[in-house]
Amino acid sequence: MDYLKLAMFAVIALLAAIAANFGHDLAYSVHAIIIMLIAGGMFLWQLRQIDEEKPVVDTSGYMDGPVRFGVVATAFWGVTGFLVGVFIALQLAFPVLNFDWSEGYMNFGRLRPLHTSAVIFAFGGNALIATSFYVVQRTSAARLWGGNLAWFVFWGYQLFIVLAATGYLLGSTQSKEYAEPEWYIDIWLTIVWLCYLAVFVGTILKRREPHIYVANWFYLAFIITVAMLHVVNNLSVPVSIFGSKSVQVFSGVQDAMVQWWYGHNAVGFFLTAGFLGMMYYFVPKQAGRPIYSYKLSIIHFWALIFLYIWAGPHHLHYTALPDWAGTLGMVFSIVLWMPSWGGMINGLMTLEGAWDKIRTDPIIRMFVASLAFYGMSTFEGPMMSIRAVNSLSHYTDWTIGHVHSGALGWNGLITFGCLYFLTPKLWGRERMYSISAINWHFWLATIGIVLYASSMWVTGIMEGLMWREVDANGFLVNSFADTVAAKFPMYVVRAAGGGLYLIGGLIMVWNMWMTVRKAPAHLGAPNNAIPAE
Amino acid sequence: MTTHKDDKDIGTTGHSWDGIEELNNPLPRWWLWTLYGCIVWAVVYTILYPAWPMVSGATSGVLGWSTRGAVAEEIAAVDEAQSGLRAELEATDLNTLAANEPLHRFAVQAGGSLFANNCAQCHGAGAAGAKGYPNLLDDDWLWGGQIEQVAYTIRHGIRNEDDPDARYSQMPAFGEILTRPEIDTLVAHVQSLSSGADPLAGAGGEMFSANCVACHGEDAKGNRDMGAPNLTDAIWLYGSDTATLTTTISKARFGVMPAWGLRLDEAEVRALAAYVHQLGGGEATTEE
Repeated sequence: MDYLKLAMFAVIALLAAIAANFGHDLAYSVHAIIIMLIAGGMFLWQLRQIDEEKPVVDTSGYMDGPVRFGVVATAFWGVTGFLVGVFIALQLAFPVLNFDWSEGYMNFGRLRPLHTSAVIFAFGGNALIATSFYVVQRTSAARLWGGNLAWFVFWGYQLFIVLAATGYLLGSTQSKEYAEPEWYIDIWLTIVWLCYLAVFVGTILKRREPHIYVANWFYLAFIITVAMLHVVNNLSVPVSIFGSKSVQVFSGVQDAMVQWWYGHNAVGFFLTAGFLGMMYYFVPKQAGRPIYSYKLSIIHFWALIFLYIWAGPHHLHYTALPDWAGTLGMVFSIVLWMPSWGGMINGLMTLEGAWDKIRTDPIIRMFVASLAFYGMSTFEGPMMSIRAVNSLSHYTDWTIGHVHSGALGWNGLITFGCLYFLTPKLWGRERMYSISAINWHFWLATIGIVLYASSMWVTGIMEGLMWREVDANGFLVNSFADTVAAKFPMYVVRAAGGGLYLIGGLIMVWNMWMTVRKAPAHLGAPNNAIPAE
Repeated sequence: MTTHKDDKDIGTTGHSWDGIEELNNPLPRWWLWTLYGCIVWAVVYTILYPAWPMVSGATSGVLGWSTRGAVAEEIAAVDEAQSGLRAELEATDLNTLAANEPLHRFAVQAGGSLFANNCAQCHGAGAAGAKGYPNLLDDDWLWGGQIEQVAYTIRHGIRNEDDPDARYSQMPAFGEILTRPEIDTLVAHVQSLSSGADPLAGAGGEMFSANCVACHGEDAKGNRDMGAPNLTDAIWLYGSDTATLTTTISKARFGVMPAWGLRLDEAEVRALAAYVHQLGGGEATTEE
């Protein structure tokens, strides 16, 4: 078996070396070299292990190694993504930051997908994988299925992130929003994702609880749907096996429709369903309260899953997409309002009887603020899907503000709360090193989000109104450059808000570091899988 | 797990996962009725508006509304409101336009809007131009600043292949004709013209006279029939520093402008001409 692995790594390293040599473009060659180095390193590591005595792994308890790594990766990629976000926000306000010397690598166009992918897939994705591994074990009272497969999922996903990020900087992109990575990276992610699905489903199948907990419904819906979306939206034919460029299978308005079917459900299943899975475990755990309503969770789960998948066309109002498709996207979005709020109600009402903890527990405060932002953006979203509203809001910064009140408020804050919950538990500490630092993080992040969202409302609605402004004779009043110039002060405010959010993230990383290094150890509490009943 | 006072009355589902229980609270009434309301609204809306895909085409909705139709209606309404003044603008003699105050105001307003959406990309929102794109606020014209001349330039454009009547001139790339020292001499000479030097004096003058006067004239004041710029003023389209001028002379510039007559209608071209003409540098019409 070991010799087989050795041979496999050798062959991969060799093939990657050949690919690097024949590569048609820089991104492809660099990626082949990265893979070659990794396979070579694995080969050497495997070689040193040969004929060594293997350490015996205790498989009676929960498998928390990948969760620990996932928590670190979430914090690392989060701060990285925030940093790039602040920088590109400053580039928009001060274009001189698109330096001549970095042109073609660090200009806005290259960095923007780096930011979106870093925060959604690297920060959000690692948070989802880590928490789902943690939650599915606890709520199934079973160790992760598949042995080292969970480790493969973790490291395979990091490789996906590294390949995607370096590809963007080197100009390799298929120009589909949130699906920029080229074909071989897509294939790799598909493999990793199917392994993720196998680990998750395998763990659920061997559970020792009679029922599947609601958090796991949401995680499972997220994993399955993202697999489907990813595969369909990335159907493409490579131009050459030795180049990164590929040609999309769909074209024109069909391509646009598939892209936004994918894009909207990246929001719906990645950033909503998956994160609701987090909510359904960590909020009741931290509050020490039962979930408010089982009925509500089952109804809003199925309604959300059924409705979200149809809402994509509202991204294409007033385009070549036929009106009927736009109408359906719009009405499904409106009907989606209450199912989305079901999660907020269930989360907030779970605190019924524990409201005093908002004063004393900054982690609970993060969860509450997160759910509030979730409720706000899931009301704003259906409103913006209405054709008349969309004709004002579309292509403006309002959309950017909407996305960020959801991403920074809902996804960001709930992830921070989970990291604060998990760090002491995973490293056997009593609690986080500094509770007041969590408080600081909460306020910096909240003020940052408020600055961000309000500045984008102002500038978005302003530019929408300026674009359509006509004089008494029916002539347009403003040029596009007028609207750009008018937005400058709000761009500065936005960058300031992002800066506060970044500082909060840095405080969190420091706090996590100090917790692992210095916080008092927590004794007892064996890490065993014991069914609750 | 702390116990809330009502928990006992409501009861749980009886399961517990890692200590998490679920209460048996019913669906909030307001939530359920709002959901029902949204569903009813959705059904009604899809009957009123184009919505359901059928075998060939989709239902077009009881109201007969469409995005294209809505836009077409708005455009038709504006066109209708403007039709009188547009027809008048198309018929009028541009040279006498300024005398017709209401029509002139309409033309300038229309031209300003057209400028913002078609011309500002190169000439700037304020028409002050940029490197390679002429400033339209001053009275330094390459092809003439009378309103008919401006209208011609807009209508046919400059050095494009779409319109056979486009304004056309091409300076030779002197890098292929002269040696590098000769070009250096010429650059220094051209730079001195702005401060009033004699165009034909000295070694530079000899070079100038042999290569440049055919278009730029013996007085170096240019020739609008050929689009040859005046070299004696302080206005430079690409710049007067040594490096820029060396590039200009050795490689020649080839600024282009689209033929807007192919994209805009006659009234719009005339409106743009009226707008540009009144920006500051417009010249009175002289009979030739």
